[in-house]
This record gives sequence, C-alpha cells and structure tokens, in this order.
Amino acid sequence: MSWALDHLSEILTRAGQHAWLAGLPLVLGLVVALPLGWLASRTSWLRASLLTTTGLLYTIPSLALFILLPSILGTKILDPVNVIVAMTIYTVALLTRTVADGLSSVDPSTRQAAIAMGYGGFARFRAVDLPLAVPVIAAGLRVAAVSNVSIVSVASLIGISQLGYFLTDGYARSFPTEVWVGIIACLLLALVFDLVIQVISRALTPWTRAVAA
Amino acid sequence: MIRFEGVTKRYGDADSGSADGGSRAGGGGDQGAVAVDNLTLEAPTGQITVLVGPSGCGKTTTLRMVNRMITPTSGTISVNGRDTASMDVAELRRGMGYVIQHAGLFPHRTVVDNVMTVPRLLGVDKRQARARAMELIERVGLDPAMARRYPAQLSGGQQQRVGVARALAADPPVMLMDEPFSAVDPVVREQLQNEFLRLQSELGKTILFVTHDIDEAVKLGDQVAVLRVGGVLAQLAPPATLLADPVDDFVAGFVGRDRGYRALSFAAAPELSLTDEPTVRLGATAEQVRAVGSPWVLAVGDAGEPVGWVRAAAVDHEVTRDLLHRGGTVASTSGSLRALLDAALSSPSGRGVVAGDDGRLVGTITAAEVVPAIEARRTATTAGEVPEGASTR
Repeated sequence: MSWALDHLSEILTRAGQHAWLAGLPLVLGLVVALPLGWLASRTSWLRASLLTTTGLLYTIPSLALFILLPSILGTKILDPVNVIVAMTIYTVALLTRTVADGLSSVDPSTRQAAIAMGYGGFARFRAVDLPLAVPVIAAGLRVAAVSNVSIVSVASLIGISQLGYFLTDGYARSFPTEVWVGIIACLLLALVFDLVIQVISRALTPWTRAVAA
Repeated sequence: MIRFEGVTKRYGDADSGSADGGSRAGGGGDQGAVAVDNLTLEAPTGQITVLVGPSGCGKTTTLRMVNRMITPTSGTISVNGRDTASMDVAELRRGMGYVIQHAGLFPHRTVVDNVMTVPRLLGVDKRQARARAMELIERVGLDPAMARRYPAQLSGGQQQRVGVARALAADPPVMLMDEPFSAVDPVVREQLQNEFLRLQSELGKTILFVTHDIDEAVKLGDQVAVLRVGGVLAQLAPPATLLADPVDDFVAGFVGRDRGYRALSFAAAPELSLTDEPTVRLGATAEQVRAVGSPWVLAVGDAGEPVGWVRAAAVDHEVTRDLLHRGGTVASTSGSLRALLDAALSSPSGRGVVAGDDGRLVGTITAAEVVPAIEARRTATTAGEVPEGASTR
C-alpha cells in the first residue's frame, strides 16, 4: 500500500496513458463498426463474409500485431499509434457483429411502419434502427472496453508506457506488490470505462426504463 | 380513388421487389407462386373498401403494392388518377396513412413524437406538428396526458389508437390498414371498430382495409372484396349483397353461417307498432312489482331508460340492480331488424325492449311481430327494390 502511495503520480500517469490507448480505439472502432454492421444487417451475403472476416481479426495475437504493424504502417516500433491501430482492429472485430445484431433486432412491425412512412435507407438507420440498437451496441462496447484494457497491457512488452509496465517490471524484479498494483489499477480502469458506457447508454435510452404505468 | 388494373404479383421473380421488413405472402418459395392474380378493383374515394379472405389470398400483398412496399409484377395501380409507379416513393408513402397489426410504434419515441413523425418528415415545424399531434391524440380517444408516455407504457388497444393517430397526422387522403384491430381482445376490438367508423364518418378518407375476419369486413366495409387463395377476386359487393347473394360456394362458405340472420343488420327497422310496457323504477317495492301482474317486469332508471328485466317472484323487498336479468339486449328505433329480432329473442319475457335515440323506453315487441316485417322486406326486395346497404350504422 505504501509502495502504491509513494508511486501514485507514476501510477496515475500510466493509467492516463492506458486509458488513452484503450479508450480512443473504442471510439474509432465504433465509428468503423457502425457502417460495417449496417452493411452486414442489410445484405445477407455481405453479412456472412463481413462477420467472419472481422471475427477472425480477433484471433491475431496482440503481440504479433504490435510487432507487425510498424512494417505495414511505416511507423516506428515505439510509436503508440501501433497500439491504437491494433486496439481499433480488435474493437471492430468485437463490435461489427454486435452492431449488425443490434440493427437487425428492431421489431419487424416497427421497421415496416418506418418504411411505410417513407424513411429511406440512411434516414431509417439514423432515426429508427440506430437509436433502437443502442442497448445492444452498448453491451458490445462494454465487452470491448474490458478486452481493450486487458490487451493494452501487453504493449509494455514492446516498451509502450501504460499500466502493463507494472506487470512486466514487477515480474522482472520479483516484486509481487508492483504486479498487484498493476492488476488492480487495470481493474479499476475497466470499471470506470464500464461505468462511462453505461451512463451514456442510459442517457440515450430513456425509453427502455419506461414500463407500464 | 385507388384503382388496380390487371395487377399481378408473382413471387420468385428475378426482382421480387419486396421491401425488407418481411413479406408474408408466397413464403413457400415456389418458383413463380402467384400471390395476386390479375386483380382489377376500385376503392372509391371517401369509402372503406375491405379486402378479406383466407391466409394466402394475397390481401396483404395487394395492400402493400399500393405504397410500393411490394412491386407488382404487372398491371398498374393508380391513386387519384396518378400511376403510383411514376411517383417518388417517399412522397407516395407520406401521402398515405399506414396502420398495421401491432401498431409498429417507435418504442424510443414518446406517443406525441410518434404521432408527429410524418408531418416532421414533410417539413412541418415542430410547434405546429406538436399541436396537430395533440389534437389527434384526443380525437382517437386518448387522454392527452398519455402524450408524453412511451409506447411500452400503453395497452395494446391504446397503442393501436396511437397508430391510427400517427397515420392520420399528415391528413393523407388515403389510408392503408392491415389487420389493425386483430391483435387486441374482442371487447377492445369492438370499441376500436366503432370509433374507427365514427372517425371515418367525420373524415371521409379513402380506405383500403385488410382483414381475415368476415364479421369485421361486413361491419366496416362500404364494399367488401372477397379474395380466394391464389389472389383471385371472388366477389366485390356491399356487405348486404355479400350476405344475401354470395356469388359461389367459396364466398358462401367464407361468409359463413347465420348469414340470413346477419344480413338483417343491414335492414333498417321499419316503423312497427310497439306494445306499451308497464314498468317499475329501480328501488320499487315488492308490492309495486307484483301489482304489474306479470312474471317478468321491466325496470327503468331515473331517466326512463330500460335497465333490465326482473322476475317478480324474486323480489323480496325492492328492485335492486343485482336482481336484474342480464341477458336481454335493447334495440333502438333507428336500429336494424337484426337488433330488433335479437332483442325479442334474448328477452326472458319474450318481449324485446325498444328504446328511442335518447335511450328512453319506447315499448316492446315480440319475435312474432318482427317476423312479418322481415317477410314484408323480402317481398319488397324481390319486387325490385334493392336493399339499402349500410343503413344502420
């Protein structure tokens, strides 16, 4: 405990870096997954190929991705952009299916009514399908958030600063306290992410809490 | 006026043209299964045309071809003289109210926002659209306090009313209704049907209404189109004609039993001489009841409205509501022969209760007295006078 207090500012700095590396990809991944999921929900042949392809992306080991990306992107190995891109890929892998499922979950009679009122493809997506898919997408984002927080820590193996440093450093120095601090900090960060997503989701979906009066 | 000219819909075409949101007809996936076969039909302006038939008769497909949610394989559909195929699809759809079985309300929008949808899409400003929506919410019989609720907070019947209000919001001349009252219980259904007729008598929309329920078709339709499986029009006629003169075995079978009796719904009650009925007031004493000298005595309320028959022998102290017989129906002087006959048949005394339009008792009539009126009507009909349809609404 005293070790943690002594190193508080370092912990907070690394936590901030960790949050950035895990959080920005959540937003970027969602931005990419929305159109992909929309396409998948509209066309059945695209659905199978898109969901299989994006799903497979998740099986690429993170360490391999961190090492390979610089040669693909032309970035330096220590550039945090590599981590951001890698985490965005994982987020897309997790979210495309969720977005497609969420958009397809709209009640058929609601969709039919929307069509009959002259809502065209994109207008319907924006006004009806997307708002109704928010609870499903938020659930997917929560999984992706936890997954991102956990995977980002691996980046300490290639020397990118974040909370994972405490795990590798503690292991190298045979100092379990430091490892524990790293684990608990990751956990707390994941909880904060989860909370933020839930708050946003609730704000966007007042109708889900409206039950028979 | 909606006009179908030689309209055919065959599924399994290269372009089936079905809008997503689920097409029901032709689900078997047969190559080239015909859902609607060379349909020619006119839905007159300001009237309710009901499409009725068994599953697979293409009635929903027919309806959805009007707003091009399904594209016809051949033939043309015109609305007020304009070929729908040549119109912008969004403009076409926003010019037609559309009501479906489960209302299809937007769960994430409040009732008032649901009703405002089409006016907003058409560019009406928010304040004006809201005012119009609130007016319609009341018009369809909902408490204005419900405007801020979400659809999940309403009963099925209330949701259906919102669905009707939403369809009416942009004041479209044409309404397409696909089994709008099928998913609610019978009591609510009857209320909705009655209010729908009341609204229509005020609004005079051109309505195409799909149902599988022949009773609903006969009750609501100014004219009824009976379709048979495969999408062939079997008969198009006013309900009274449909009941009195089905064109073939299929229509006769579909129209069902008791059609002779049901056809009396469309025959206005003639002027009949009613018998004065001695009555007692609610709260009358046993002596007063027995003084009438009849085993069944009719009780009336304070305004002279008939409230029910009471068995004289059952009254110990005074006439209370829970002593009343519940079976008897009350016919109205401006009602139908069917209501008159039913009042007589359902009355425990055999004397059917007839009330005026103000609800006050006018007199009673027996079945034996109603039957001659029915016979007289038959004679008049065969003599060439066409029975007036839909006169009893």
